[in-house]
Amino acid sequence: MFDKERWQRLTLWDWIVQLALVALVVVIVWGAIESARVNLAALGVTSGFWFLDRSTGWSYSFALIEQSIDDSYARTLLIGFLNTLLVGLISIVFATIVGFIIGTARDSRNLGLQTFAGTFVQTFRNIPLILQIVFLYSILIHLPGPKQSLTVLDLAFMSNRGLMLPTPDLPGFAIVLGLAAAVGLGVAVRRHVDGVLRGLALGFGGTVLALALVALAFGPAGEPLLSVPQLKGLRFRGGVTLSVELVAMILGIVLYGSAYIAEVVRGGLNEVPKGLTEAGQALGMHAWAVWFKIKMPMALRSIIPPLGNQWIFIMKATTVGVAIGFSDLFYIVSTSITQSGQTLELIFILMSAFLLVNFTIAQLVNLLNAHLALKGH
Amino acid sequence: MAAPPTMSRLEWLRHELTRRAFATPADTAITLAVAAILAWLIWLDLDWAVVRAVWSAEAVDTCRAKDAGACWSVIAARHRLILFGLYPYEEHWRSTLACGAIIATVVLSCIPWFWALRRLATLWVTGFAGYFLLMEGSPIGLTQVTTDQWGGLSLTLFLFASVVLLGMPMGLGLALMRRSSLPLVQLVASLVIDFIRSLPLLTTLFTAAVVVPILLPDWLQGDKIWRVIIAFALFFACYQAEVFRGGFQAIPKGQFEAGQAMGLGYWRVLALIALPQVFRNALPSTINMVVITFKETAIVVIIGFFDILASANAAFGTGDWAPYYMEVYVFVGLIYWGFIFSLGQYGEYLKDRMAVARH
Repeated sequence: MFDKERWQRLTLWDWIVQLALVALVVVIVWGAIESARVNLAALGVTSGFWFLDRSTGWSYSFALIEQSIDDSYARTLLIGFLNTLLVGLISIVFATIVGFIIGTARDSRNLGLQTFAGTFVQTFRNIPLILQIVFLYSILIHLPGPKQSLTVLDLAFMSNRGLMLPTPDLPGFAIVLGLAAAVGLGVAVRRHVDGVLRGLALGFGGTVLALALVALAFGPAGEPLLSVPQLKGLRFRGGVTLSVELVAMILGIVLYGSAYIAEVVRGGLNEVPKGLTEAGQALGMHAWAVWFKIKMPMALRSIIPPLGNQWIFIMKATTVGVAIGFSDLFYIVSTSITQSGQTLELIFILMSAFLLVNFTIAQLVNLLNAHLALKGH
Repeated sequence: MAAPPTMSRLEWLRHELTRRAFATPADTAITLAVAAILAWLIWLDLDWAVVRAVWSAEAVDTCRAKDAGACWSVIAARHRLILFGLYPYEEHWRSTLACGAIIATVVLSCIPWFWALRRLATLWVTGFAGYFLLMEGSPIGLTQVTTDQWGGLSLTLFLFASVVLLGMPMGLGLALMRRSSLPLVQLVASLVIDFIRSLPLLTTLFTAAVVVPILLPDWLQGDKIWRVIIAFALFFACYQAEVFRGGFQAIPKGQFEAGQAMGLGYWRVLALIALPQVFRNALPSTINMVVITFKETAIVVIIGFFDILASANAAFGTGDWAPYYMEVYVFVGLIYWGFIFSLGQYGEYLKDRMAVARH
């Protein structure tokens, strides 16, 4: 682009073509601005971002931070953005985990695992995401009510009101502190641990230990550490409630996204030269060790770039939640447009938010990629 | 994989099974567990969908019996709504033929004989024109049916075909612009492609449906359906441009230089040397894009089009059929799955075939 020689090589004809294109762009932009002025004046809309301070006067199903009917547009949009991030990040984490498991199973020698993984991928990848989400949502809202809800060990409950999960009854900073301590411990001892299973056991044990210590130090005295949802009358108290919309969205996106990620993982594993794994086997390494120490590290280099694209795809896919009335950013923006008429400003906010999030993910993936690149290549 | 010549088929099968399914106790356990789970799932499905199912349209009451399985009566009674939407009942034969025209176009495109630019373009333009004339009707002397009455599967296929037909040349144009030696042309193409690709499709379509009317003077606005189709085609084109770019990159640079050295101009090098190879190189990824596009058409229900998903919701929307949402979604899901799975398998087959041909 800024290569000087390239500009010097241009002929007169090249310049005419370029200037014509620029003129066309200018005319389109100017025409759009001019029509917007005329059309908005006819509708009686004043443009500008002042409306963000006005209160909205409507409410919606789900919010991470406190919400009320008197909230300003700015706060409502922020809530929508947080909801989008929440669904996106949870889905990315779970879709990646499930995707790696299914992808590895598809690459396995075992016929049973292959069949299972193949069926999974072919089922969830070949039906539109929105259909899967709407279908899951219909099933979930037809579940029995809270009184007959499905339960696991009386700790977690699933009913037509949503998924109720137990939460640790600790201040937020204590949980963060405990997790940070566990990660610190893991990093500190990682060089001294041999074998994957022992490493996993140690990591899990360390986390439980760190959380228990933090709980002893900061937990409320004489009260249970876990807030378990309990049926009181017609509704549940305690724990945390994930709305039906949220569960349907996350479940749908995870199934669909993990089917795609599984194919990415399988492709990456396929590209690892067979000689490398065979060398590992010849040295007497266990199948797990071959996978963790040879196959996966090699495969990751070709997995990460398309995996980043899948993460961006998942972030974008959250917009489909509007079909079941989940209050993500797209839902909030489209409702705000109907209510306030500030179409251009709101679309600008929506697009900027997605450009920002996707740009951030792309940058993170680039960093990860640079970190993993073979040294000296 | 074929059996090596020294073994009979049966021996080979047994050998493979031992190696891949029963090599170690753990292998055997996993194989049996998966077989049991799959068998159980298949039995559950068959039991619901076939054994205990109710088939006839008149038998809504039998569906309410306690041990009744799937109530396919809803499909028997409402399949016309799901497939054709609000299209006039007596004219449904036109919708059927029109859908057939699009499906035939897609199937014929899979035959290698059609893989030349002119043949493929003729095929798609003919198929699309056939669809349009049958559905709209007035130019060939049938009763006119306006686009707002189109719906169901036929609307989904219409969106799909028009997006691919419009988007393909747009994508090629964008790819050429992005490869251009003129810096400003390249800049404009890169900005458009990267911008559209970082936005969710829903945002792009919503902008076309709701925002563009503000940005255009009255005389340029056109129907909502055409605005959405053009925006969808632009989305397709931006992804397809990157597919074409990959196809260009696979051609050795020497070929372009050789063309120039022989005195061929830009357009002739492009048409005679580059494009035939680009289309070939890009074929598997192009099929992949076409499949994704077909799947993504489902989201137009959100911006208010009566596509197959909207007509499915309408099919169980009335009182009597309300409990049978599952049957309707399964029916629609199977239609999508059938199309997408077969196109996807065809793409895989092609990829393998071309990989072999290159060696």
